[in-house]
Amino acid sequence: MNVKGKSTQMGDWIFVILCVFVGLICVIPMINLLARSLSSSEYLVKHSVYLIPKGLNFEAYTTVLKDSKNIRAFVWTVFLTVVCTLVSLTMTAICAYPLIFQDLKFRNTFNILITITMFFNAGTIPNYLLMKQLNLLNSPLVLIVPACLSVYNMIIMRSFFYGIPESLRESAQIDGASYFTILLNIYLPLSKPVFATLALFYAVGRWNGYSDALMYITNKDYYPLQMLLYNILNNINNVEVAAQEGFSTPGLAESLKAAVVMFSTVPILLIYPWLQKYFIAGVTLGAVKE
Amino acid sequence: MEKKKNRSFIYLKKYWQLYLLLLLPMVYLLVFKYSPMSYILIAFKEYKLNMSVFEMPWAAQNGMKYFIKAFKNRDFIVALRNTISLNLLDLIAGFPAPIIFALILNEIPFKKFKKTVQTVAYMPHFLSWVIISGLCLQLFAPSSGLVNMVINNLGFDSVPFLNSPNHWVATYILTGVWQSFGWGSIIYLAAIAGISPELYEAASVDGAGRFKKMWHITLPGIRPTIVVLLIMNLGNILGSGFDRPFAMQNPLVMEVAEVLSTFVYKNGIKGLQFSLTTAVGLFQSVVCLFFLLLSNWLSRRLGERGIW
Repeated sequence: MNVKGKSTQMGDWIFVILCVFVGLICVIPMINLLARSLSSSEYLVKHSVYLIPKGLNFEAYTTVLKDSKNIRAFVWTVFLTVVCTLVSLTMTAICAYPLIFQDLKFRNTFNILITITMFFNAGTIPNYLLMKQLNLLNSPLVLIVPACLSVYNMIIMRSFFYGIPESLRESAQIDGASYFTILLNIYLPLSKPVFATLALFYAVGRWNGYSDALMYITNKDYYPLQMLLYNILNNINNVEVAAQEGFSTPGLAESLKAAVVMFSTVPILLIYPWLQKYFIAGVTLGAVKE
Repeated sequence: MEKKKNRSFIYLKKYWQLYLLLLLPMVYLLVFKYSPMSYILIAFKEYKLNMSVFEMPWAAQNGMKYFIKAFKNRDFIVALRNTISLNLLDLIAGFPAPIIFALILNEIPFKKFKKTVQTVAYMPHFLSWVIISGLCLQLFAPSSGLVNMVINNLGFDSVPFLNSPNHWVATYILTGVWQSFGWGSIIYLAAIAGISPELYEAASVDGAGRFKKMWHITLPGIRPTIVVLLIMNLGNILGSGFDRPFAMQNPLVMEVAEVLSTFVYKNGIKGLQFSLTTAVGLFQSVVCLFFLLLSNWLSRRLGERGIW
């Protein structure tokens, strides 16, 4: 609490009210969505559902969960996210670690090679043609490999590595530790915060990404959840689905869409608050100029 | 000579592990970031299936055929115009929002409350654009959406938030602000935390009020951060992400919603006009690079630090 006296306290409340207002704007869309997903279609058709569900029922969720397509996409996306995160973290670490050694020959060449890719990208079509040439179109690998190293994230990790005192690795070197050993036994254990941050960034990126699936994948079996969601929300290919899933009844269609959105959002909403401390540090590290 | 060879042998013996570690990332960069650059040549050539880029015949008009074609293409001009105007509006509405939010948060003395507000404000950043566009469909639907239900209850007519071009632009921009203001504030809060508390104490002694301190201490204190981020944003004035416009657009508003990235996707990957869309992509990348270099140079001229 502030100990500046009463007059300051009064002013504080204006800012508290402002913050409450901002917070409400952030959460009201989600609360409305939740209410819709739990409401019965008769109230939805009458346009009377605001923030509290009316005619509480879980029909929309059972319909969503009963459809094996949704469950399949969910499991596949969880699997993809875990694999992508692990692969990307490894790539990021093995790229960042060698670059902190000032006396490494060609270090500048490597750094320049990396930096250029931040400012110039070949473009959508060249990337597409590359995937075609590498036979990655319609392969699940196309959702993992092309994005397995983010240069921005690598820079964040490198900045963190720079912050670990050199004396630690020097004394280990005197004891005869190899560079591998130093990475595994000194740098990794000390870098848990930055790994947590980047794991979150990579995981969220994969979980939320859909453009690569849209461009490179036509086989629906490999569609990640967001792609499925995109098609459902935009009523694409729903003609045959409509009859079985009740998309034809307007009220139920609304609550179904709401339920599908909740279904694919909840995992991230459950995880990110616990990592707040880490991602704040990560964003701040990324802004530090070398 | 013998000695030199020996020395590099000793050097490699010492450092080989580091090079081995770098091998995979460098191969990745060469294959996925550098090798596609050879396909840029397609912009100057006639695309032929089953032919390597180097064998394809050059396009007419000294290879500039597709660039000329692009600028004569009305859809391209519309996409170019939309990209610039949406980015400018994003900058005007979206750039100050996180700064203002950080200033507001900085005035909150209750730690737990402050942290809760932060957590809530970061939430939209973690939603995908597909989900946000789904939320918009639900919130802004003409008669069944929450916002229009409230508007109707107040006795007004429904607002076509997503169906009329002008309203769509406003919705698009404000949704962007909603998605990014919280996340964007992190960096400013860190900068504010770095300002010496003595400055505030001295100002208090001099009788400065809350807003005077904000104006004369906090804002100047975060000025370098503001300038750097402004440069990066200005440098990206012709950039266009794909996820956001593609998820948000709908057939009724294409006239204002089509941007370069979605134009390239539709005409290239869907429409198979590879030469034309590669030319568009190259034009975009080069202009982006130019703007970035320009704004960085400008900020150095103005006495601020650049981004590199």
